[in-house]
Amino acid sequence: MKTLLFVVATAAPILLSTAVPGVAQVSYERILAAAFEPGNWLTYSGSYGAQRYSTLDQIDRDNVDRLQPAWVYQARSTQKFEVSPLVVDGVMYITEAPSDATALDLRTGRPLWSYRRSIPQGIVTCCGQVNRGVALLDDQVFLGTVDAHLVALDARTGRVRWDVEVAEHTEGYAITVAPLALKDKIIVGIAGGEYGIRGFLDAYDPRTGERLWRFWTVPGPGEPGHDTWSGDSWERGGAPTWVTGAYDPELNLLYWGTGNPGPDFIGEVREGDNLYSESLIALDPDTGELKWYFQFLPHDVHDYDSTQIPVLLDAEFGGEPRKLLLFPNRNGFYYVLDRVTGEFLVGKQFARQTWALGLDENGRPIENPESIPSREGALVYPDDDGAANWYSPTYSPQTNLIYQNVREKGATYYLADATYEPGKIYMGASRRTVTGEDPKGFLRALNPLTGDLVWEIEVHSPPWAGLMSTAGGLVFSGTMEGDFFAADAQTGDVLWRFQTGGPIYANPISYLSEGRQFITIAAGSALFNFALPE
Amino acid sequence: MKPCFVIRWPIFLLLCLPSVVTLCLPTVLAAQSAEMEQGKRLFESQCGSCHGTLGNGGRGANLAQRQLRRATDDEALLKIIRRGISGTEMPGSFLTPSQVSSIASYVKTLGRVEPEEIPGDARRGEAVYASLDCQVCHTLGGEGGILGPVLDDIGARRSATHLREALIEPEAFISHGFLQLRVVTKDGRAMTGIRVNEDSFSVQFRDLVGGIHSFWKDELDTLEKMWQRSPMVSYEAGLTSAQTDDLVSYLVSLKGAR
Repeated sequence: MKTLLFVVATAAPILLSTAVPGVAQVSYERILAAAFEPGNWLTYSGSYGAQRYSTLDQIDRDNVDRLQPAWVYQARSTQKFEVSPLVVDGVMYITEAPSDATALDLRTGRPLWSYRRSIPQGIVTCCGQVNRGVALLDDQVFLGTVDAHLVALDARTGRVRWDVEVAEHTEGYAITVAPLALKDKIIVGIAGGEYGIRGFLDAYDPRTGERLWRFWTVPGPGEPGHDTWSGDSWERGGAPTWVTGAYDPELNLLYWGTGNPGPDFIGEVREGDNLYSESLIALDPDTGELKWYFQFLPHDVHDYDSTQIPVLLDAEFGGEPRKLLLFPNRNGFYYVLDRVTGEFLVGKQFARQTWALGLDENGRPIENPESIPSREGALVYPDDDGAANWYSPTYSPQTNLIYQNVREKGATYYLADATYEPGKIYMGASRRTVTGEDPKGFLRALNPLTGDLVWEIEVHSPPWAGLMSTAGGLVFSGTMEGDFFAADAQTGDVLWRFQTGGPIYANPISYLSEGRQFITIAAGSALFNFALPE
Repeated sequence: MKPCFVIRWPIFLLLCLPSVVTLCLPTVLAAQSAEMEQGKRLFESQCGSCHGTLGNGGRGANLAQRQLRRATDDEALLKIIRRGISGTEMPGSFLTPSQVSSIASYVKTLGRVEPEEIPGDARRGEAVYASLDCQVCHTLGGEGGILGPVLDDIGARRSATHLREALIEPEAFISHGFLQLRVVTKDGRAMTGIRVNEDSFSVQFRDLVGGIHSFWKDELDTLEKMWQRSPMVSYEAGLTSAQTDDLVSYLVSLKGAR
C-alpha cells in the first residue's frame, strides 16, 4: 500500500504538468494568462479584466452567416438558465438551476458527471432560484448554492471535496453568483437584498473551505461608514454582492459592485448615504481590506443594484495613460473611474432615466424628488430591473468600443409599509408597469472614454442577455423572444441570427474544440453550441 | 432582530380561561379588524388604480363578487397577489407575506358587498348587442369574430362603469393583446391588423377578416403601432342613453360558464 501511494504521489506532478483530456488543471497562472489560450474560457468574464472579449477569429464578419447549431444540451430545470459556462481542456463546466453543476464533453456534448444538490424547502430568492456559473482552480470546481453554501467539487468526478455554509439561508441569504478564483482564494458574494440581509463579500481557502476574510458591505458599529445608517437600520441594510467582480493582478485589487440598501423603496427608515450600498468597492484580496470605494447612488430608493461587471481598461485618458474601470450602471449612467484611486472621471447617461436630474462634478446624483416612491404612486424610468443588470457588457480592443444591452422600461411605484421578519420579503412598494407602449430594448455601442453613443440596434423587448465581442469583428447578443444574433462590432449591422425558441438570460462565450471555434449561449432550458459547417 | 415580546400559547390560553368570551374574543376580533383595516388600506393604494378603490373593477377585474374566476381558492388568491397573472396586466407584488395575506382577507370581503345597482334591462340589451353587429368582432358563446376580446365572462372581468366608458370611448381602453398595427411592405402593400406576436426581426398579425400574416421586419417599409387606436367605433352618438344602459346591463350579466 505504501509503495502504491508513493508511486501515485511521485507520478502526480508529472501527470498534472500536461493537459490530460477531461482533467482540469486550471492553475492561477493559467487564469492570469487567459488571453494567451483563447481556446479555453477559464473564468467567468473570460479574463480577470472582465472584457468578455475572445481573440478567436475563425468566425468572422464574412462567414458568420453560415453559423449553425453543432450540439445542444437540455437542462433538467425549467428555471431561468443564466449560466456562463467555463471551458478547459475539452470539458465544459456549467451550472443548472437551482444549484447543480454538470461537466460536458466538448466533442459530443454528452455529460461526464452531474452534481445534483438537494435544496431545502422554503428557499427565498427574489428573482428565481438561478445560478450563473462555477469557478475553476487547479483540479476543483467551485459552486455557490441558493441555500447559501459554497461547495468544492472534484473536477474529474463532480464529487464533493468540501461544502461550507456561507450564511443562513432561512434569513434570506442565497448564492446565485459565479465565484471568482484568485491565486489562493475563492471569492464569493451573496444575494438577498430584498430580504433585509446584511451584505458581505467572502474569501475561502480553495483546499479546506476555511473562510479567510469577510468584508461587510454594511459597516458595523465603530467601523467607518457606520454613521451613514440611521438607528439600527444597518442590521438589515442589504448591499448584496451577487454579480462576479474583476481583478487587477498588478495592483492586486479586487473590484466588486454592491446592491441596493434595504428596504428597497423606503428611504425614511434608513436615513443617510447607506454605505457601501450601490458602490464599487476595491479590496485587497489578501486581507479583505477596503482600499477605496465609489458610491454611485447614495441612499437609493429605486432598487438600482450597482452589481454590474466592472470592465478594466488601460487607456490614454486626459492626455495620460490611466488604469480605468468602466461601469455601465443599472441606474442608466455610464461611469469611468480611475481604478487605482477610485477617482470619478466620467458619468454619462446612456439610457432613458428620470430618477436623476444629473450628476454633480463628483459623480453624485442630483435626485429627482418626483421619482421617489409614494403612496400616490411615482413614475420612474428605468424600473427596478434597471437600464442594465447582472448580464455582461463587453469591450472590444479591436473596435475600442464598449457594448451594453440596455433596458428602457418605466413603472409606477406605490409605497407600502415594510416590516422586517427574517427570511421574508422586505421591499416596501408595489410596481405597476407603464401600459400603452412597448418597453424598449437596445444593444448600444459606446465610446469607452466618454459614454457617447456610437451605434445601436433596437430589439423588441428589454433584453436580459449578456454580450461577447470577438476578434472576428463580431458582437453576440440575444433577446427575450429567443433570437441569438451576431452584429458587426464596427457598424451594428446584424449579420446572422438564430431563433432558439426560448428567452435568453445568459452571457455568450467562445472556445475551440478540436481546433474549431464554437459560440455558446443558454436559451430557454437549452445550451446551444454554434459552429461553422465542417 | 427578535420581537419585543412573545406570548406562548399555553400562557395565552390560561389568561383566556377565566372568561373566553369577554376577554379573548374582543382581542381576536380586534386583531382581525386591524388586519382587515391594513388589507383595505393596502388594497386602495396598491390595487385600487386598476380594480377600483371599492374593488368593483375598472381596467382590472371586478373583485366584488362571491366567486372569483381565477382565484378559485385562498391559495390561488394569495399566489395571484404575490406573483400576478402571466400574460395579463396583473403584476406581481413586492409585499410581505402578512401584507399579501391582509389584502387577500380584504378581497374576500368584497364578495359580500351588495351587487352594484345597474340601470337598464339585460334582455333588451341582448337585442341591442345583436343589432349593433358586435359579434362581427367579438366572440360570445363560441360564435362571432376574433378581432376583439371574448365577451363570455366580461361581466366578471369588468365593472359596469368601465364597460360604459369603453362603449363611449373605446380607444381609451385597448385590451391587453389587441394592439392594432399598420404595415406597408417594401413592394407597396398596406395592411392593418391586430398584433399576434413580435420579436426583434419578425412580426405576425391577424388582419380584419382573420387572416394571419407573418413578415420579417426587413420586408417592411412601415410598421406602425397604433396604441391609441381601436377597430371599435364609439357608440356615444349611435345609442340612446336607455339603449346604452340596456347594453351595459346585458354585458354585466355575462359571467361566463361555471
